[in-house]
Amino acid sequence: MPRIHIDHREYDVRPGRNLLETCLSLGFDLPYFCWHPALGSVGACRQCAVKAFANAEDTNGKLVMACMESVADGQRISIRDPQAVEFRENVIGWLMTNHPHDCAVCDEGGSCHLQDMTVMTGHAYRKFRFNKRTYRNQYLGPFLNHEMNRCIQCYRCVRFYKDYAGGHDLDAFASANRVYFGRSDDGVLENEFSGNLAEVCPTGVFTDKTLKQHYTRKWDLTSAPSVCVHCSVGCNTLAGERYGSLRLISNRYNGSVNGYFLCDRGRFGYEFVNVSSRIREPRIPVNTQGESWEEHVHKATEVFRGTRIVGIGSPRASLEANFVLSRIAGRGNFYHGVSSSEFELSKTASQILAKGTVPSLSLKDVEKCDVVVIWGEDVTNTAPMLALAVRQALRNRPMEKSIAANIPPWNDAATRERVQQERGPLVIGSYGTTRLDEVASMTFRASPGALSRVGCAVANQLDDAAPLAGTLDEEEQAVANEIVRVLRSARRPVIISGVSSGSMEVLQSAANMAEAVRRHNADTGLVLTFPACNSLGLALMEGRPFAELLHEEQDRRGTLIILENDLYRHADPRTVQKIVALFDHVIVIDHTWHETARNAQLVLPAGTFAESEGTFVNNEGRAQRYFQVYEPVNGIRESWRWLLTLGNALGVSQKGPWNSHDEIVRALAASADVFEPVMRVAPSANYRIYGQRIPRQPHRYSGRTAMSANRSVSEGKPPEDRDAPLSYTMEGTRLPPPSVAIPFFWWPGWNSVQSVAKYQDEVGGPLRGGDPGIRLLEPTSKAPLYFSVSAQKPPEVIVVPLHHIFGSEELSVLAPAIAERCPKPYLAAGPMTFGMHTADHGAVMRLEIHGRMLTLPVVVDPAMPKGVAGLPVGLPGMEYFELPASASVIMQLQNAE
Amino acid sequence: MGTQSQHNTTFSPETLELVKRIIARYPEGKQKSALLPVLHLAQAEFGGWLSTETMDYVASLLDIKPIEVYEVATFYTMFNLKPVGKCVLEVCRTGPCALRGSDDIIEHLQKKLNIRDGETSADGMFTLMTVECLASCGTAPVMQVGDHYIENLSCESLDEILDRLRAQHEQKAS
Repeated sequence: MPRIHIDHREYDVRPGRNLLETCLSLGFDLPYFCWHPALGSVGACRQCAVKAFANAEDTNGKLVMACMESVADGQRISIRDPQAVEFRENVIGWLMTNHPHDCAVCDEGGSCHLQDMTVMTGHAYRKFRFNKRTYRNQYLGPFLNHEMNRCIQCYRCVRFYKDYAGGHDLDAFASANRVYFGRSDDGVLENEFSGNLAEVCPTGVFTDKTLKQHYTRKWDLTSAPSVCVHCSVGCNTLAGERYGSLRLISNRYNGSVNGYFLCDRGRFGYEFVNVSSRIREPRIPVNTQGESWEEHVHKATEVFRGTRIVGIGSPRASLEANFVLSRIAGRGNFYHGVSSSEFELSKTASQILAKGTVPSLSLKDVEKCDVVVIWGEDVTNTAPMLALAVRQALRNRPMEKSIAANIPPWNDAATRERVQQERGPLVIGSYGTTRLDEVASMTFRASPGALSRVGCAVANQLDDAAPLAGTLDEEEQAVANEIVRVLRSARRPVIISGVSSGSMEVLQSAANMAEAVRRHNADTGLVLTFPACNSLGLALMEGRPFAELLHEEQDRRGTLIILENDLYRHADPRTVQKIVALFDHVIVIDHTWHETARNAQLVLPAGTFAESEGTFVNNEGRAQRYFQVYEPVNGIRESWRWLLTLGNALGVSQKGPWNSHDEIVRALAASADVFEPVMRVAPSANYRIYGQRIPRQPHRYSGRTAMSANRSVSEGKPPEDRDAPLSYTMEGTRLPPPSVAIPFFWWPGWNSVQSVAKYQDEVGGPLRGGDPGIRLLEPTSKAPLYFSVSAQKPPEVIVVPLHHIFGSEELSVLAPAIAERCPKPYLAAGPMTFGMHTADHGAVMRLEIHGRMLTLPVVVDPAMPKGVAGLPVGLPGMEYFELPASASVIMQLQNAE
Repeated sequence: MGTQSQHNTTFSPETLELVKRIIARYPEGKQKSALLPVLHLAQAEFGGWLSTETMDYVASLLDIKPIEVYEVATFYTMFNLKPVGKCVLEVCRTGPCALRGSDDIIEHLQKKLNIRDGETSADGMFTLMTVECLASCGTAPVMQVGDHYIENLSCESLDEILDRLRAQHEQKAS
């Protein structure tokens, strides 16, 4: 371990790091701009200058850029050296010559890295008295605002957007005093990770446009640690509220999951919490009288007492809510609110993770892999942050060369110069074009049957014990050989597949591949994606798919409780209507109006993720807790709380004698071995730090005594949180909370999100005390888990599901900004999909799937193979179809214009 | 856009041949490396400046995205992104030339041609540009016109130089 001297004191430090990250990890305040822990160093801004001395006798020393110097044993540096201090102040003075000093009207103000660094260097007065250069700003779409005058030319935006996220439409133009960061002309920034620019930009050039609609300073937000609900990856977020509406979603660093970034669906999908289609008060069919909504509901449901209770759970509701419902309904009466095929797929996927030999990887682990095989998934659209991790993984193979050339990985400029456009192997087997194709070394576009045949053949070539699923043609054989070749060459291979393909054959063949590679390489990993934020959590619970209710004896009527679910998204309308008609009473607990809720007799308004606490299990198998951001108003309650009320009213409270979230978690943990660790995911509601709660509001929170003065001049008592150790005020501990319960990142002198470094063990490492979340599933088996895949005889045309990051997910599409990016329903077809009928762009096709007719305009995907057509799932206005499915009748109604 | 944007955006066969030779200098897949020399050829062939259409054409020749061409073309001051006159006068204004009176030269040109820095004279003949060091300090003040340096400038000599340049271009045109 190298020992270095900083201002005459000795420190033992980690080798292989640069001086800047080392100083920051040691707790020193050293200003910087162009360096970013995830993007590395380029030595461009000259802000992190320190004095380096040749030896103990050297008193002159020389200025070096800390971000460009490796730590070395015996090194002597000074941060406080007067020359270094003056240099740093001058650098920021130059950077500020063109900065408009418009902090008072800038969205970044109060969480601005440039403000923090300016104060840190002591550049407190303006000295520049000339004209400042000005720019024209661009329209960049519904997510980001552009204000180029504030730019200090750190180049972080293009380095993130182009180099890290693979974007093509943001660039640096011109030189010297005219540098411009933007698109070539006005237009929507296309990359799915563009929202991160709001956090990557050290000042207010790129800011969150949705925040602007209801702007609130960082210090005025009531925030809580949350978990994204818009896909199965479970990125950690910070959710901020003011005046009863959710204002902002920002990144909550989790070294094992999302690191420093979020996708645009996760960052901008939050506005579904504020939309007018929210259910805000209970809808009760009979006139009841009561003091509170609870009493109303109690009286209204008492009449149902004694009837059989059936519960339908939800893949987007917490473990706790699903668990309480399953206990109220009782054994045999709890159903999963997912389609039968999704049920089977999720169950199988959970078995692969629990009973196979290959561990599921976190996103951090994926970034360390050097060979990636994606089977049947369009990860950019189904688990976006996974796609970002894959892009980083592809750098590992070529980076072996730069590391061998003594270029440390943190030295981004030199590394990229050495690596150029080289990428490690990425094989994508898919139904059609995917967004990662541009970085793939090989793509194979095929029907589910062909994908599974090839997958099984790969497994069989690697391990004789893996069963085949039919014979391959010449092209398929070549693909299989190539996959075997790259997998054998891997140091850390990862197989990525999941439930979104809709095909059991594809999922099982991917699992076979992973199991077979594992025989050769103990570092093999697997990633499976799921459709919703808690799909895996639900799959780990007992129960059957709700469509099976149809096959039951029809005379057993009773009460149906539907939890956070629009059944019309999981089954065709006729099936849902038939099931609902089986029951005398239908109760829906959800936060947003939909077809299922509209047709229920009793509707209870549930809190969204922002108004409740709970636990989700992400696709890795990681149980993660999210906390209530603000106390819900009107009749809105947490789902689990409504369920407790219902349980009491229906006379089944003895099945769940619980009053608090903690008690439910305890009962959940005791209910099954797999859920036992959920107890330890977060501290209980009684947890205190030196007797104090963790404040949700920063100490600078303003307007507290005045903000409700329009209703009452006396300040109301702040709500008390009985279910979490967090307070709803600014009072509480000033000490850093446990990593799972960090409500905002702030540190003296560090108001921006860059303060996260102060919460980490070391810069870029895990949060202090370990990253939040506990893995529930570890592979236990020694013997490989192989599936005998039954390859179905392919129909003439098979319609497969396609997914859209903006549109396919139920909740985010309710957010206006996301809806703006959502495509209209269409049918994707390749040039050869319909054999003789050539599909033209814009032609209108009529086809029959499962006996239902569907009329849609065609969008041509040149990559889609013969006999395969694609239907985007979940888009607003599209009915549910179980896919893949054969399409039997096809006619062209209208030619392309 | 000026009249020059009416040009037919394809290189002459000879230039295309040259472009192919330049691309062949670089390894396969690295054709983007040919961007700078091809942009110079494009500027020379298409009226002394790079229109958006010209840059898009260069992008298509090199099989790269147009934005990659804009990025490079905007970076270098020797590429003109607006139409220029037939004769571009690039006057050095760095230290040594300034000491030897480049300010007077620039002012003289501005008055004589009735234009400011970066503008083109009404007859479309001259564009005035101030540039940084042309590395000919020994013969300051100096300006560059096309491929030629004109050295030891004085206000008196300028009038004659302008007449000569005008005559040269008119001769070329006829």
